[in-house]
Amino acid sequence: MMGNQPTQDHATRAEVFNRDEARVDWHDKTLWFIRQKRDRAAWTIPDWEALRDQASAIKDNVLSNLHDYLISFEAQAQRNGVVVHWAADAEEHNEIVHQILKRHQVSKIVKSKSMLTEECRLNEYLHDHGVEVVDTDLGERIVQLAGEPPSHIVLPCIHWKKEEIGALFHKHLGTPEGNADPTFLTAAARTHLRQSFMSSKVAITGVNFGVAETGEIVVCTNEGNADLGVQLADVHIACMGIEKLIPERKHLSVFLRLLARSATGQPITTYSSHFRKPRPGQEMHIVLVDNGRSERMKHHSFKNALKCIRCGACMNTCPVYRRSGGHSYNYAIAGPIGSILAPSLDMKQYADLPFASTLCGSCSNVCPVKINIHEQLYQWRQVIVQAGYVSKQKEVGIAAMTAVLSRPWLYRYAGNVGRWFLKTFPTLASNKINPWAKQREMPAPPSQSFRRWYQDNRKKK
Amino acid sequence: MSRDKMLLAIREALPKEATAIPDYQPSATSFDVVQKFIDTLVGIGGAVIKVSSLSVVNDYVIKHFSGQRVVSLVQGVDSYATTLEADPHLLENVALTVVPGAFGVAENGAVWITDGSMGDRALPFIANNLAMIISAQDIVPTLHEAYQRIGADGYNFGTFIAGPSKTADIEQSLVLGAHGPKSNTIFLLA
Repeated sequence: MMGNQPTQDHATRAEVFNRDEARVDWHDKTLWFIRQKRDRAAWTIPDWEALRDQASAIKDNVLSNLHDYLISFEAQAQRNGVVVHWAADAEEHNEIVHQILKRHQVSKIVKSKSMLTEECRLNEYLHDHGVEVVDTDLGERIVQLAGEPPSHIVLPCIHWKKEEIGALFHKHLGTPEGNADPTFLTAAARTHLRQSFMSSKVAITGVNFGVAETGEIVVCTNEGNADLGVQLADVHIACMGIEKLIPERKHLSVFLRLLARSATGQPITTYSSHFRKPRPGQEMHIVLVDNGRSERMKHHSFKNALKCIRCGACMNTCPVYRRSGGHSYNYAIAGPIGSILAPSLDMKQYADLPFASTLCGSCSNVCPVKINIHEQLYQWRQVIVQAGYVSKQKEVGIAAMTAVLSRPWLYRYAGNVGRWFLKTFPTLASNKINPWAKQREMPAPPSQSFRRWYQDNRKKK
Repeated sequence: MSRDKMLLAIREALPKEATAIPDYQPSATSFDVVQKFIDTLVGIGGAVIKVSSLSVVNDYVIKHFSGQRVVSLVQGVDSYATTLEADPHLLENVALTVVPGAFGVAENGAVWITDGSMGDRALPFIANNLAMIISAQDIVPTLHEAYQRIGADGYNFGTFIAGPSKTADIEQSLVLGAHGPKSNTIFLLA
């Protein structure tokens, strides 16, 4: 079922996830529950839609002034005593970080959640260069101990059951076998990670927002792991994509009102920390990363994806994500937003992702910065088909569909034949060749076409 | 080197005309800010205690934390510290810290504090329990008013803290005290 694609596609990977039906149901319900929390939080804000419009407009302004904002941000940050680095791609970003670590002769560091470092595969790079990265977000630490990437940008181990986490902690942290109590396991992780916080000289964080006006960066967490890491370290390295800039400090109010409510339904994250100057005696670095972003800005249809503030609302609401799991996307950012971000990084490798959608539009409806996600998914499909990156199977299907749909007489004839076939050989469509028949029963075919029915009923009138 | 290359690439990618940011004026709020603040903070795992004077806070601290290390940054509340160890790692045994908050935000239960009032930047994060004192008059309705109030303040580090450190990473079960303080108590001076 892999067609001509070099690697497994989304549907094949989703099939692996779908083998455990009970888990799929649970995953689906858990994420939908978070979507409902988001709704309740949004409804408490009468200005919600105005805030989304404003956030989107601010990001439009950023994407049309990014050059000047970056220069202002750099100048202000430098004035604040921060060292600013520029990395054109992932490789350069990883090298810059490694050079800083080398200068400080450290072999173990703590890192709070940063999707950018996932995108750049920083952990693997540093591991290969002899540096151990300890992810300090609990969910990230769990998947790290398991040797997996996060499956969700906000809820990294949403696909794990507590019994499995209990077993994982028993193996790695020495907790008693069979104990799967979340409070107990969290306390064990707190003790385990406290040791890393206490001994780490360098802390890496991501960046939620960078303020061009003041040169400060804002990092949001619930656990306090970014703050604890940074405040106990001699060196703070903040890694940020260039699109994380906003013009002025006051604009933070718009984004911080939207972010946590969209992500988890909380009114705000526990900590929203504004790092402007390093603490006395501390070194602070900001690494500005392009890695395909400036290229994406050139494409009118796709540049809006750069507005993303990584809340994950589009994942929680997506009927495909909820039932296929984050790992089926095979990219650091899963779900609808990942499916429009990944192909602009590598269209061939991620050609399958824009097809992993029903185009229902729910993602666009919940997006706090109003990215037209489902429209971009549809546009990516066209670009990908034109570039010849779809599987043979899909290509043949699309060609056949075009042939039939563009010829009304053939459409009518094919409908008759199809109904006859389904009635005569009901198992024919539910076979292994038809991917739509997986986990689905074929409905009974209607006795006549809608066209026939319409014509008959018209006559009766 | 990459700096110039990146800036050039970005400039080339910009549209011909920059879009302006429209004026935005949030609609007026009608809720009672103090009650909203209390309800919201309690809803996210924090605690609010209305007090008439600092001596009530002092009594509370002595009653609940006697024999444990308390670092108070509020004069009149035990144990008031004017200087702290230079090494923040030594604050790990702090059971409770009492910090003056700048102001609270009703819509999300957050309290704004800056480096000037936290003694050591690590303190509000490493202490096992965090208490902050704000005046009931210092509560703004939303973040919009909060940033108006912050304005162009020249803090080096500032943070909104809303409730105790928490996680729901294990099967969405909420657990308080992930890495930072296990409790967050706001003393409302009225």
